[in-house]
Amino acid sequence: MSTNQRSFVQQIWDFFCSLKLTLFVLITLAITSIIGTVIPQYPNIDERYWGTISAGRKLLYERLGFFDMYHSWWFLALLALFSVNLICCSIKRLPHVFKFVSEPATVLSETQQKIFTSKDLKLSGSLEDSRDKLAAFLSSHFSSPTITQVGNQYHLFAQKNAWCRLGVYVVHFSILVIMAGTIIGNLWGYKGFVAIVEGETVNTIKARNGKDIALGFEVKCDQFTVSFYDAPGGGGPSQMPKEFKSILTLTENGKEVPGYKHARVVVNEPLSYKGITFYQSSYGQANDPSTFFFTVKNRTTAKTEQIALRPGSQTRLADGRLISIVDLTDNPGEGTAAVLSVNDKGAEPKFFKVFKNNPTLDELRGDSLIFTFIGTDARMYTGLQVNKDPGVWVVWTGCIMMCLGLCIAFFMSHKRVWIVMQHGYARIYGNASKNQPAFMTEFEALSEELQKQNI
Amino acid sequence: MLSAKLFNATTIFYMASTLAFIGFLASRNKTVGLVGSGLAWIGFAVQTAAIGLRWKESYDIGLGHAPMSNLYESVVFFAWSIVLIFGIIDIKYKYRIIGAFVMPFALLGMAWAQLYLPTDINPLMPALQSNWLLYHVITCFLGYAAFAVACGVSIMYLIKAKSEEKGSESAGGLMSQFPPTRVLDDLNYKAIMVGFPLLTLGIITGAAWANYAWGTYWSWDPKETWSLIVWFVYAAFLHARFTKGWVGKRAAWLSIIGFAATIFCYLGVNLLLSGLHSYGNLS
Repeated sequence: MSTNQRSFVQQIWDFFCSLKLTLFVLITLAITSIIGTVIPQYPNIDERYWGTISAGRKLLYERLGFFDMYHSWWFLALLALFSVNLICCSIKRLPHVFKFVSEPATVLSETQQKIFTSKDLKLSGSLEDSRDKLAAFLSSHFSSPTITQVGNQYHLFAQKNAWCRLGVYVVHFSILVIMAGTIIGNLWGYKGFVAIVEGETVNTIKARNGKDIALGFEVKCDQFTVSFYDAPGGGGPSQMPKEFKSILTLTENGKEVPGYKHARVVVNEPLSYKGITFYQSSYGQANDPSTFFFTVKNRTTAKTEQIALRPGSQTRLADGRLISIVDLTDNPGEGTAAVLSVNDKGAEPKFFKVFKNNPTLDELRGDSLIFTFIGTDARMYTGLQVNKDPGVWVVWTGCIMMCLGLCIAFFMSHKRVWIVMQHGYARIYGNASKNQPAFMTEFEALSEELQKQNI
Repeated sequence: MLSAKLFNATTIFYMASTLAFIGFLASRNKTVGLVGSGLAWIGFAVQTAAIGLRWKESYDIGLGHAPMSNLYESVVFFAWSIVLIFGIIDIKYKYRIIGAFVMPFALLGMAWAQLYLPTDINPLMPALQSNWLLYHVITCFLGYAAFAVACGVSIMYLIKAKSEEKGSESAGGLMSQFPPTRVLDDLNYKAIMVGFPLLTLGIITGAAWANYAWGTYWSWDPKETWSLIVWFVYAAFLHARFTKGWVGKRAAWLSIIGFAATIFCYLGVNLLLSGLHSYGNLS
């Protein structure tokens, strides 16, 4: 290899190792990430959005990948550059740090003696005697020292938390672990959706890419319910949903899976089986109702009966009047209500609303019969997000590593103490990788304690 | 409700504390500075009680959730976190004057919350009914508060550095109250050193929660993306310190830009953009 070539390779290597590149990538990632928070992203683009931008701009944005920018080639390239930079920096610096940790400077150099904080000591005993006493002191008050003889001097070296110098590399490595986790999830996992009508069973789901995926077991939706918070000040439920709940039963090869009979799925409490997780995501009504159920209470006798109404036909009430259902309304802020019509012989028909979520409201109408709307025969369906992500534990491992690494890197300090001694005289030196003021206090205390000793 | 009265009292204490610190800046009277700190601490104690009481009151009306679920409650908690972080720095480093540049943030938050935001205790929508809410909000806001303190210190740094450049400083002038630029630069770094791991934890708890609620730990939602942008800016800040020429003024500016991004992440995303955290909007 010629010198030119080597220097070219060297230059490329230096480029990928440089901190300037790190700063460039971090700031570029920060700035470009803004784009996707301002321009709508697939698949959540509202059709109306296209009307607000010109065809030329749409084409430009499409070319630049702005409608799915976090998966565009250039953004992924930036992330790749970020990882390469991380890896190169670690390869370059880690061996030095390892050496620093595994082969510490047990003998203090002349330069270090000038730089590091130090304190004088008078020694009274013989050289060997004092050496042993000093070593015992360091062992009991700091950590056990390594002793090296240099000419007529002894250098005692002791250290604490040397490994904390690796903290920053733990953080760097954790980023790679998290990225690896997301890649594993993308390659071997999927995200999909399934809607199951109450009482029905499915064994496949639709993945986001449109493919059908066989689950390998069956999922039956036993029931879906929505409950609501009580309205402030009483008077029945409000319009604020409290809980969306699906009751599911899993079967495999025709048998019920133990522990998965009538299993509950609510938001924030997913259900997992064989690495596949079901999340409560949406719901709706599966079919139009054909029968409507009410209770009718006699105001004076308090006798209650249930009636079923079908649109287009009349039902005779206990008091002889005819009742029919004419409409079903669902106005925001009001909730579901049935519009009923009561026909008394010879009189104009009376229309009134009975609210589903407000059973006591009909009492205020003053009629001798009080109606409560119970429900309909329409079935609900539950919409479940279905995921398989074998990489998620890798991601969490990376996250935990990152937190530990940050704590080590920021809040722990590698502390070193040397005592350089000769006959009748010694000097103690100290150095810490971080938080000098705190170490100074510790060092002062240590040397004061040492001066009190009779060595 | 009693908690509402206590929150009003808190606002008044923070205002008095801010005024005392401004007085301290002008008078250089140590007692005035002590009064500023004392008022901040009393306000903090009152606010702590108020938050606890509001929590209890939410149980009394049958809702029962931590007071961190809407914009009002989050702004109040943000102000509380800022005073907490300032208090710790005040005790640990004894540069009381920093209060003059940090307490205004807490006051601004409380005043905005008390005067303009709806204070009702709302029922929690199903997605928010999780213990992760508590962990996520606490870590995020303590992180944001540390960044607020770093920003205040950075503003002090820039003012001090400017006056030193001019060389117009007289021995007993206003600037003599400020800690030396070296100390301010160090405090800026220390505050971010506390804020960065907290922000990281906040992002991670948010991701873990999203994974429980929706099955995706990361979906490039605007709030998530902006939290990552803030993370990138402070990561750049931390790395910049290891290269020459990025300490001092540039570090101060980076810290101020970082806090601006933090505030956008917290408020701008909710008020100007749309996404998963849209419950935090004004209406």
